[in-house]
Amino acid sequence: MTKRQNRMALVLLLVVGTILAITLLLQALGSNANYFYSPTAVAQGKAPVGKNFRLGGLVINGSFKRKDLKSTFDVTDNKNKFSIEYTGILPDLFREGQGVITTGSLVNGVFVATEVLAKHDENYMPPEVADALKKAKE
Amino acid sequence: MWKWIQAFASPRNFYQISEKIIPWLMVPFIVLSLIGLYWSFVVSPTDYQQGDSVRIMYVHVPAAWMSLFIYIIMAISSGIGLIWQIKLAYIVAKVSAPIGASFTFLALVTGSIWGKPMWGTWWVWDARLTSELILLFLYLAYISLNNAFDNPKTADKASAVIVIIGLVNIPIIYYSVDWWNSLHQGSSISFTKISMQQDMFIALLLISFAFKFLYSALMLMRARNEVLVREQNSRWVREIITGADK
Repeated sequence: MTKRQNRMALVLLLVVGTILAITLLLQALGSNANYFYSPTAVAQGKAPVGKNFRLGGLVINGSFKRKDLKSTFDVTDNKNKFSIEYTGILPDLFREGQGVITTGSLVNGVFVATEVLAKHDENYMPPEVADALKKAKE
Repeated sequence: MWKWIQAFASPRNFYQISEKIIPWLMVPFIVLSLIGLYWSFVVSPTDYQQGDSVRIMYVHVPAAWMSLFIYIIMAISSGIGLIWQIKLAYIVAKVSAPIGASFTFLALVTGSIWGKPMWGTWWVWDARLTSELILLFLYLAYISLNNAFDNPKTADKASAVIVIIGLVNIPIIYYSVDWWNSLHQGSSISFTKISMQQDMFIALLLISFAFKFLYSALMLMRARNEVLVREQNSRWVREIITGADK
């Protein structure tokens, strides 16, 4: 091997070694790197029930009710659903049919949230297009 | 081809040729920025959910792309430096770092400003945001390590290793929104699908190309200075400084 090939091999080894190490690390980390649990994951008992955790999903159409600052709504991943109770100000993007991530804990089957974040999806379009899409659906 | 590359990579030739290239990068940058700003503020529509806040995207997304792009450039040139021992490759990596760090910072700050009204929070520790913050730290680590050595040769080699190790973070940032549940939305633009209205996409592309030209111009300017510093004892530099050449 020439000196240059030697150095090439070393650089390659560095890259491969790092990728291997990080892959193992990420494997070990597994689902702990998830920011929130889906309703199905909670129903399957994967979430730390009894402690605070984050629950994310879509707000079910027609489920949102509010009295003063106290609001209730249902969140789903189209398989399981949970009822959420929250007291406080909701973010701008909070809407029925949109994604939310709530932090809190399960109390008698109801998820009592201390924080509600709105999740935005990857679709960007002007209001007219959104209206047209909605009409086409109906 | 190989000879031509070596000839261009000689510090002296680089210094002379790059001087002629820079204006050809600055002009497209200015033109593309102006058209891009017009497209972002006037032509492109508001979003059906976000309203006018969507316009932050025209800075945020191109800046985030640049943060990845510049890092990859640094890693490739560091690799070339380590393997073929081309001085200019190390210089490209070194002078790119502060520019890359700035774009990363810009992406993080604009994202935060967008996140407060839209998500309801300035910052969360989800996979995308955290990995992008790690990228900023990688840039800073590279810069501080490079400055920690008195001998530029040692500095180049040590920091090249750091930047190549950190390369593994790039696919993690890119795929973080697919691999894990995150607050950050998935990619609107991928190789197969664009889920964005056409004028929004055009504005995004214009600013994105403007940033690429800006980076190239800034990088060459900084590289020219770095060449002068490193070659300060050679005759051609002395001729430039004393004006004997002209």
